[in-house]
Amino acid sequence: MAKSIDEYLRTQFMPHIWCPGCGHGIVLNALLRAVARLDLPKDQVCVVSGIGCASRAPGYLDFNTLHTTHGRAIAFATGIKLANPDLHVIVVTGDGDGAAIGGNHLIHAARRNMGVTTVMFNNSIYGMTNGQYSPLTPSGMFAATAPYGNVERNFDMCELVRASGANYVARATVAQARQLSTYIERAIENPGFAFVEAVGSCPTYFGRRNKLGSSLQMLETLKKNSVTAAAAAKLDPAELRGKIIIGEFYRGDAPGYIELYDGVIERAKEAAGK
Amino acid sequence: MISAGSPEAPVLVRREWCKGCGICIAMCPKKVLEAAPDGKAVVARPDDCTRCETCEIMCPDFAVRVVAKRAAAPAGRREAVADGR
Ligand SMILES: Cc1ncc(C[n+]2csc(CCOP(=O)(O)OP(=O)(O)O)c2C)c(N)n1
Ligand code: SF4
Ligand code: SF4
Repeated sequence: MAKSIDEYLRTQFMPHIWCPGCGHGIVLNALLRAVARLDLPKDQVCVVSGIGCASRAPGYLDFNTLHTTHGRAIAFATGIKLANPDLHVIVVTGDGDGAAIGGNHLIHAARRNMGVTTVMFNNSIYGMTNGQYSPLTPSGMFAATAPYGNVERNFDMCELVRASGANYVARATVAQARQLSTYIERAIENPGFAFVEAVGSCPTYFGRRNKLGSSLQMLETLKKNSVTAAAAAKLDPAELRGKIIIGEFYRGDAPGYIELYDGVIERAKEAAGK
Repeated sequence: MISAGSPEAPVLVRREWCKGCGICIAMCPKKVLEAAPDGKAVVARPDDCTRCETCEIMCPDFAVRVVAKRAAAPAGRREAVADGR
């Protein structure tokens, strides 16, 4: 096992560009501890991202890394996994990157049960471009593009990805960083498509505009608003308003795309008489 | 007695990476860390550290390290989980 997660950092590029107290750092820390516990060789990990603050993560990581185009990380990751199924392919994406422009790739990767782990860094906003609302900005919250409050309803990403066919679906906030790390570990271990929504915070754009206080206060609010899936099952929708349901929502063992594709290769070989 | 910068100190802060958010200071259950005048964290009470690693886990900047780790916990119980299932 890695002595320290520093072994996974390109320390020459630190400190990272994220703002003081940005939740993205806590999510990345949880991800690296998960990789350390699994003791994965660095060369067998490939971290792929799109565009956004969250998507800057691979630049600091000493694995195989790819920083791609906005919303397309899962498409690149799919290609990588098919070309080299032995790699642990991990997608790091924001709520804008993965749920807005990249939403279609996400649901289809889940439907295919593609052997990719996706960690969505959900800070409820487009941070990099100064605070436009995303499909995960809760209704009623303020954003640069919602100065009178967001009238749209936000997706429940875990329900969406679960319904699309993923094998593993879980959510935790950065206020439960140990739990978050354990979910990411299980997601990496689980064959097929695995999805972890990491609810974090953007103190700079989401926090300021919604007067949510310091990064520390935002952490405390996340903790206070978290409800376990078991507890949530006993509450009615009115009581759940503004709450974040955390837990493991699904662990399945449907055959993954890679496994099924091995069968295609076998059949093609037989047909060719090899 | 161990001092903040000594090799035996159980917890270290990398000043060049610390952005002074104060999360580690507030989260440490033993109040081992304090803010320097510039807001960055300093190890003020190393003797009180129980090596729980909360500061290291919560720092968004990878700036705190608990260097003297506790003995490894048994597999499967390594990170606490209250499953919401
Ligand atoms: C095709 C394309 N459209 C739009 C953009 C502008 N853009 C850059 S990052 C971003 C959103 C990032 O938000 P999110 O994925 O939530 O990440 P965060 O910055 O909040 O971590 C947008 C719209 C772009 N780079 N490329
Ligand atoms: S703008 Fe928001 S998401 Fe981006 S680094 Fe700053 S706090 Fe983090
Ligand atoms: S949590 Fe990290 S960045 Fe924030 S004050 Fe502590 S050491 Fe500095």
